[in-house]
Amino acid sequence: MLTRRDFLMATAALSAITGPALVGNWSRAAAQQALTEEDLLATKDFGNVTLVHITDIHAQMKPLYFREPSINLGVGEVKGKPPHVTGADFLKLYNIEPGSPHAYALTSEDFVALANTYGKMGGLDRVSTVIKRIRADRGDDNVLLLDGGDTWQGSYTAQQTAGQDMVEVMNALQPDAMTGHWEFTYGADRVKELVESLPFSFLGGNIYDAEWNEPAFEAWKMYDKGGVKVAVIGQAFPYTPIANPRWMFPNWSFGIREEDVVKNVEEARSEGADVVVLLSHNGFDVDRKLASRVQGIDVILTGHTHDALPEPVIVDGTLVIASGSNAKFVSQVDLDVRDGKVQGYQYRLIPIFSDVITPDAEMTALIDKVRAPYEKELGRVIGHTSSLLYRRGNFNGTFDDLFCQALLEEREADISLSPGFRWGTSLVPGQDITVEDLHNACAMTYPSAYRSMMSGKMLKDIIEDVADNLFNTDPYYQQGGDMVRIGGMGYTIDVNAAMGSRISGMTLLKTGEAIDPAREYAVAGWASVNEATEGPAIWDVVEGYLAKHPEVAIEENRSVVVKA
Amino acid sequence: MTMTRRQALGFGAAAAAFAVTGFRALPAMASAEDADKMVMDFTGGKAPESGKIMLNTPEIAENGNTVPVSVEVESAMEGDDLVDSVLILADGNPNPAVATFHFTAMSGSAAATTRIRLAKTQNVIAVAKMKDGSVYMDKKQVKVTIGGCGG
Repeated sequence: MLTRRDFLMATAALSAITGPALVGNWSRAAAQQALTEEDLLATKDFGNVTLVHITDIHAQMKPLYFREPSINLGVGEVKGKPPHVTGADFLKLYNIEPGSPHAYALTSEDFVALANTYGKMGGLDRVSTVIKRIRADRGDDNVLLLDGGDTWQGSYTAQQTAGQDMVEVMNALQPDAMTGHWEFTYGADRVKELVESLPFSFLGGNIYDAEWNEPAFEAWKMYDKGGVKVAVIGQAFPYTPIANPRWMFPNWSFGIREEDVVKNVEEARSEGADVVVLLSHNGFDVDRKLASRVQGIDVILTGHTHDALPEPVIVDGTLVIASGSNAKFVSQVDLDVRDGKVQGYQYRLIPIFSDVITPDAEMTALIDKVRAPYEKELGRVIGHTSSLLYRRGNFNGTFDDLFCQALLEEREADISLSPGFRWGTSLVPGQDITVEDLHNACAMTYPSAYRSMMSGKMLKDIIEDVADNLFNTDPYYQQGGDMVRIGGMGYTIDVNAAMGSRISGMTLLKTGEAIDPAREYAVAGWASVNEATEGPAIWDVVEGYLAKHPEVAIEENRSVVVKA
Repeated sequence: MTMTRRQALGFGAAAAAFAVTGFRALPAMASAEDADKMVMDFTGGKAPESGKIMLNTPEIAENGNTVPVSVEVESAMEGDDLVDSVLILADGNPNPAVATFHFTAMSGSAAATTRIRLAKTQNVIAVAKMKDGSVYMDKKQVKVTIGGCGG
């Protein structure tokens, strides 16, 4: 476990080389119990180029609750290192006062009480205010706005418009570039259509034409900002065709393709780049490893794993910046670039407290406009919860428990499976459950809820496979989701064991009997990546369940035993 | 409702192939020792050094039935600095032998690309034999996964 002391020393060592780091400023701000807009937005003038990063918005335009994970285990070399630090340990590591606004924004500690105190976060109209302020303070010509992807998917309205609503709203923020992941689940034709419509670049150096084995997207672009040449290299989610349905974009191949990152960095430097930025959807651990192996990248703006860290993690001089998800945060990286290189940096992770930051009225109007055709359906109440409903966390979340319960009952299954996505918003006790809330947890283009017979052995093989995608000690073999959530079955997992031997004690909960490898069980699930999967859409399954059980109360899930 | 097992499997097109070939013992499944023996046969008993040869594979296969593999050997490809041949093996396939590429000075560079089928997670091995008799090896693990739960 990295201690705070070690961490500070690591940061200070870099600051000695590159100029002032912001260590200390964060903790002072964090200690304040009350925040004003000025506290959140005021910045010290520093450097000559500013990178603004937002990522994994998952089509969330309106303020929301999003509970950060209470369990986010790291394995191998990254065990106990950020972002694999949660709850009270996180507060201690970053010297954040428990109960403070930043404790609420960054951890799951006392989430319900603090949600009631500090309110919802995010909202792209608030984000717009922040970005306009940064552009005004820093000078429009000195700012690059970079979107890390997973922008167009994750809401009812994004689903209905196949991403069009998000494209319109994001265009109003005027990004300079984006990359992608869930964008591809709209299918190749729709992606091409939307990408061609963008007034900025969609970058992805690791996306290839599968047939001809040649680059399918623009890999990188040079920007002239305040007299500084900034190269931005795009890196889409490397395992899109594995984690999502490959048949939807059969002609595109992805992968980490580290050698291409190296090549693009060299190309950018040889064309005179003073600063090289990787706009990445690799996931945090993949980017940390990449930073340790590829020379010449100044800043990695990472995404995919939804981590929000108040300070950069510095790997061999590369700043790795994690800006959270759901428009809950915006990152501002001010760089002092002179004599062709980065001399120093100043970093702020800006939490978007929706009750503190004034919405940008123009953006509010645009968001209202794109939502207007759907507003009535979005607000339709389909249930009520007396429990906190959330998804994020390695093993289970109460929102998934609701999904798993609905699948068991509505599909008359022994066991249910719900994918370990990291998107999906939270509801606090006492809230109505609306159509919008339900779709925030499942809006996607392959929603069919299948029912199938599977042997106990096949179930184990599947769970072992997913566990290895999450807990392989080599980050390059990780896919970045959380564990598949399981209803009707308990198990024990040893995250540090080898592939194939992490899972034990599989138990059918309704009988208390051990799962028999040879027996067939009725299994219901959703989000199959197979083409032509049959079954009702998951939102219809859950809505059907809620019609019979409109009052949701979910006990803490004790069916997964974790050895870490 | 009728649904085939393959259609209903929630975790990817590769799942069916994975479950069948990955976890049921096939009688002819090669071991890593068989691959080692093939390397030794190729090098004439000489233990290969690392370096000079670069094998490029995806870390995780998008489709185990057709995995792109490329190999490149550092060589001037003239005079004494020549690559004779490159052997590619997949040490977990029923038959580990994938390909042998032969080069001459006329080749210009010692690089080759092919697509291979991988039955399960395993190592892909590339060995280069130089004209002067020296041998070099590179090895990469390629994971064949069910997929479908990331994100």
